[in-house]
Amino acid sequence: MANNTDYLLAVEGLTVSFDGFKAVNDLSFYVDSNEIHVIIGPNGAGKTTVLDLICGRTKASGGSIKFRNRELTAMKEHQIVTAGVGRKFQNPSIYDDLTVFENLEISYPRGRSVFGALAFKRDAAVRERVAEIAEMIFLSDHLDQRAEYLSHGQKQWLEIGMLLIQDPELLMLDEPVAGMSVNERKKTAELLNRIIQNRSVLVIEHDMKFVEDIAHRVTVLHQGRILSEGSMERVKNDPKVVEVYLGH
Amino acid sequence: MTRNPQNGLLGRIDGDVAGILLLAALLVIVLPLGLDIFRLNMVGKYLTYAFVALGLVLCWGSAGILSLGQGIFFGIGGYCMAMFLKLEASSPEATKIQSTPGIPDFMDWNQLTALPWFWEPFHSLTFSIVAVVAVPALLAFIVGLAMFKRRVGGVYFAIITQAFAAILTILIVGQQGYTGGINGITDLRTLKGWDIRTDEAKLVLYFVNAALLIGCILLCLYVRRSKLGRILVALRDKEDRVRFSGYDVANFKIFVFCFAAALSAVGGAMFTLQVGFMSPSFVGIVPSIEMVIYCAVGGRLSLLGAVYGTLLVNWAKTMLSESFPELWLFAMGTLFIGVVMVFPNGLAGLYQQYIAPRLRRPIVGRAKMPAAAAPIIPPHTAAD
Repeated sequence: MANNTDYLLAVEGLTVSFDGFKAVNDLSFYVDSNEIHVIIGPNGAGKTTVLDLICGRTKASGGSIKFRNRELTAMKEHQIVTAGVGRKFQNPSIYDDLTVFENLEISYPRGRSVFGALAFKRDAAVRERVAEIAEMIFLSDHLDQRAEYLSHGQKQWLEIGMLLIQDPELLMLDEPVAGMSVNERKKTAELLNRIIQNRSVLVIEHDMKFVEDIAHRVTVLHQGRILSEGSMERVKNDPKVVEVYLGH
Repeated sequence: MTRNPQNGLLGRIDGDVAGILLLAALLVIVLPLGLDIFRLNMVGKYLTYAFVALGLVLCWGSAGILSLGQGIFFGIGGYCMAMFLKLEASSPEATKIQSTPGIPDFMDWNQLTALPWFWEPFHSLTFSIVAVVAVPALLAFIVGLAMFKRRVGGVYFAIITQAFAAILTILIVGQQGYTGGINGITDLRTLKGWDIRTDEAKLVLYFVNAALLIGCILLCLYVRRSKLGRILVALRDKEDRVRFSGYDVANFKIFVFCFAAALSAVGGAMFTLQVGFMSPSFVGIVPSIEMVIYCAVGGRLSLLGAVYGTLLVNWAKTMLSESFPELWLFAMGTLFIGVVMVFPNGLAGLYQQYIAPRLRRPIVGRAKMPAAAAPIIPPHTAAD
């Protein structure tokens, strides 16, 4: 069992196997406070599985995940969220039938029990916070629009906004710029650099240019194991990484 | 739900309230004036199914949980009421020719010599009324806890509810001495000495039923407009996103399932009062599926649509089965296929798509809104 650490997130000896196939194998890495940590790696390296394990969607077969020294592997999904871990899915996962405002409002961290939700009032605090987040994610003009009608990039931002409104200490993003235009990518990098204050971000990304723009530290995964770790500069010049991932 | 500035408060809030007022006017003024007491009592009977349809709008329409066993809760609600009425009708004087006077007649026929323990509390009207709502809600809670905590959903859930409906029917039919068996509980006469079989009583019960229905619609409207209502829609859409936004999704599903069960049970109790008996033929799979059809035809996303759908299908059922009894089942089947294939949001969907825009246009014009600014409302958002 892992000892207590100063890290915000400490993943140690994490293993998960699906029918004998070890998707993640004895993985250990650490995320510091206020760090943007990027996980890269070829398809099937187990990147998304790592996020699934941290947020409780998949149960680990072994190892430990400690967030502020609290063991996450024993907690339920909604408890992990309440503890301060927010997760964005790969495909924009938003509520199509609701407006942008309502999407953000549901993520507002109050009235999360059944009767709390029944008694929830849309007061000034909620409106202000929603407006503030909408401003941040470039969607101020779209608050009353049904989320279904947003562009792909806007949907990604909305989901990031839905996490920001919860004010998580650790934000996990799965390919946040996939399918975005160049302009949208730039804005997203800007957004991420802005929201980094007082929180850590764990990102999975394929776009190397984007990774260079944002990453403080990079972990390269290959077949469920760590291939290399360190600054983007170091990782980029690691011959093992060049061979399996970055190409020649 | 949405407060679109283009739509304005006029467009939505008054839309819902005006719809409810219109329905109330239809139920308490137009129909009583236009129909004789026999037909009015029939409408009253149809309206008891509307309670079930309302529950389905929340459970199936909003939250996407299809239950094919709402007859269970309708039936239990009805049975709770019937047990009280039966005990009142089985006074020792009225049953003095039985070998054990003072117990319901069917128990006597089945050689029971004492009232079973679980019948005892139904001597009290207060207990019976509480039981009408509490027993089905408790059962729904247990089923919901067992299913939703284990993340059983979709088709599996629908099939399991259907199995429960079958089990309950078999149980009621098999335990004839305790339940009245296949015949149900019949020959109900008075409620606290008030004869419920007279025309006058039927008229009063019709109004009570209509008032309860309007009350339940308002309650449903409140739930749908609360954040809970929006969470239900959200979890129909993206269950994982709701879960990873910090909600215990199962609790919300359990709540809406219990809520729908309680509504159905109120309908069941009103059915017993107005029709004068309750039997397993309102509990099983077939009636449960028929109730889903009422809701689907009216529009599973619209509270008022579900009420109109229930009235319309039942009216058609009566008309058709009076003139062509053999055709009814085919008509019902065709209707269901038609709804699923052609207008999945039911009558309410058709209304929102074709009629509502025409009605709204003059209002928008008067409010000096350019016609182009009028939003195209997809049928399922605006259909409260």
